[in-house]
Amino acid sequence: MQYLLLIYRNEAELGKASQADRKQMMADYGAFTQSIIQSGHFKAGDGLQPTTTATTVRVRDGKILTTDGPFAETREQLGGYYLVEAKDLDTAIGIAARIPGAKAGSIEVRPVMVYDN
Amino acid sequence: MTLVGIDKIFRDEAGRALATLIRLVGDFDLAEDVLQEAFAAALERWPATEVPSNPRAWLVNVGRNKAIDRIRRQVAFRGKQDELTHEVVLNAETSTEDSDAVVADDMLRLIFTCCHPSFAPEVQVALTLRTVCSLTTAQVARAFLVSEEAMGQRLVRAKQKIRLAGIAYEVPGRDALEPRLRGVLAVIYLVFTEGYVATSGEELMRPDLAREAIRLARLLDALMPGRREIKGLLALMLLHDARREGRQTEGGDIVLLEEQDRALWDHNQIAEGLRLVEDALQLPGRAEVYTVQAAIAALHARASNFQETDWRQIAGLYEVLLRVSPSPVIELNHAAAISMVDGPARALDLIDALAARGGLKGYELLPAVRADLLRRLGRHEAAREAYLAATEATQLEPLRRLYARRLAELSDTRSPA
Repeated sequence: MQYLLLIYRNEAELGKASQADRKQMMADYGAFTQSIIQSGHFKAGDGLQPTTTATTVRVRDGKILTTDGPFAETREQLGGYYLVEAKDLDTAIGIAARIPGAKAGSIEVRPVMVYDN
Repeated sequence: MTLVGIDKIFRDEAGRALATLIRLVGDFDLAEDVLQEAFAAALERWPATEVPSNPRAWLVNVGRNKAIDRIRRQVAFRGKQDELTHEVVLNAETSTEDSDAVVADDMLRLIFTCCHPSFAPEVQVALTLRTVCSLTTAQVARAFLVSEEAMGQRLVRAKQKIRLAGIAYEVPGRDALEPRLRGVLAVIYLVFTEGYVATSGEELMRPDLAREAIRLARLLDALMPGRREIKGLLALMLLHDARREGRQTEGGDIVLLEEQDRALWDHNQIAEGLRLVEDALQLPGRAEVYTVQAAIAALHARASNFQETDWRQIAGLYEVLLRVSPSPVIELNHAAAISMVDGPARALDLIDALAARGGLKGYELLPAVRADLLRRLGRHEAAREAYLAATEATQLEPLRRLYARRLAELSDTRSPA
């Protein structure tokens, strides 16, 4: 099965991190990504620019409406994702728990839909 | 075979038969459906003939064949052989073993799946009651005080999550076993406590839920023998449940421990609970909440009356509990035990110091415990206020009646001068 692991964290707090902390975080993510590439779980993964760069798009009555910012204001914001292959939910939870961001933020584990036909 | 007899077989075997069918057909809903069909087939056949020597194997066999028929029909209808259905049919056709060990493993798979930590605690309880204990959806709904429709939807969503999120139908591996087992025990204890002291409503106790919890713990003790925390939990529940007859009047009013007629307690069940506590304490392992609580319950059960209880040892055991797993409930119980050793004034100091630190915030029994201590200290006005606060804090009718009785007693003792 495939699972999308959505990484949420508090952007404001992240913005306050020191240069050294940021460097450490990048190194931790690099090591983690390598480890799940080697174990064969990795399908895809990226970090995202902060929600201050987001634009939300809606189409109403055929017209494109755009708003500045994310769809919903929340305490933690989506900051990145991994797409992984795992045999079951426990395996996916185990991988999610090793994402460096799980220590400060939270990881939402979502099974990817499988189409019958 | 009478219909009552057949019904009893269904009740006894449903959980195990379902557990095996889920493994064989790989799907909760399909397994439930075909088990119902197997029951229907048994109801047609068994009254006229002998009941098969192994009714569970019969039910599983019939259920499995019905599942294979269904899958074949679907495959034929769709005109394609999808890999998954093929695997299910193959699985079902080759797996004919029905040894006790295999069935025990299936039952554990079912319990651990229903108590998977990715479900909210109340969902774990509902799924366990519905599938492991074979309660009807209506019975589970009653336990949660929600409509049958709402509970039905909650169960459908949970079973969907098992399938769509890929929750494995297996006993967790050694690394994950301890925390997962703790989760299972927590679910069983939740079922029990809801049966022992309902959180709201007219009735003080729901003995059916308490019985189901004890049945589950017995099953788990048989499936995973030699585990201290399982024996401790079973002992704890047996010892508490043994006092059921003494805990309320026929009119449904609460009788506190100090006023209970100990002849009404179930002394056979107490004997079993005491044996289990001894067994649990002999097993290797650290002190854990269930066994320590069971040891406290054992001291109450052994005492010939309230005064003669070994309060000093009980207070000591609560101190152990406070180290292992601190909580407001245990703080309050500890204070209550201290009141019997060092007097109510000392206990009141403990509680007020704790409340001042914010340690008992929102805990609804706090005013009731304070009220009792104040009453024993002869501080009647303060006791009255605390009983009024206690009445405000609870939604349970029998507790409200208890506090009303206490308030009336306080009014009687007020001196005219």
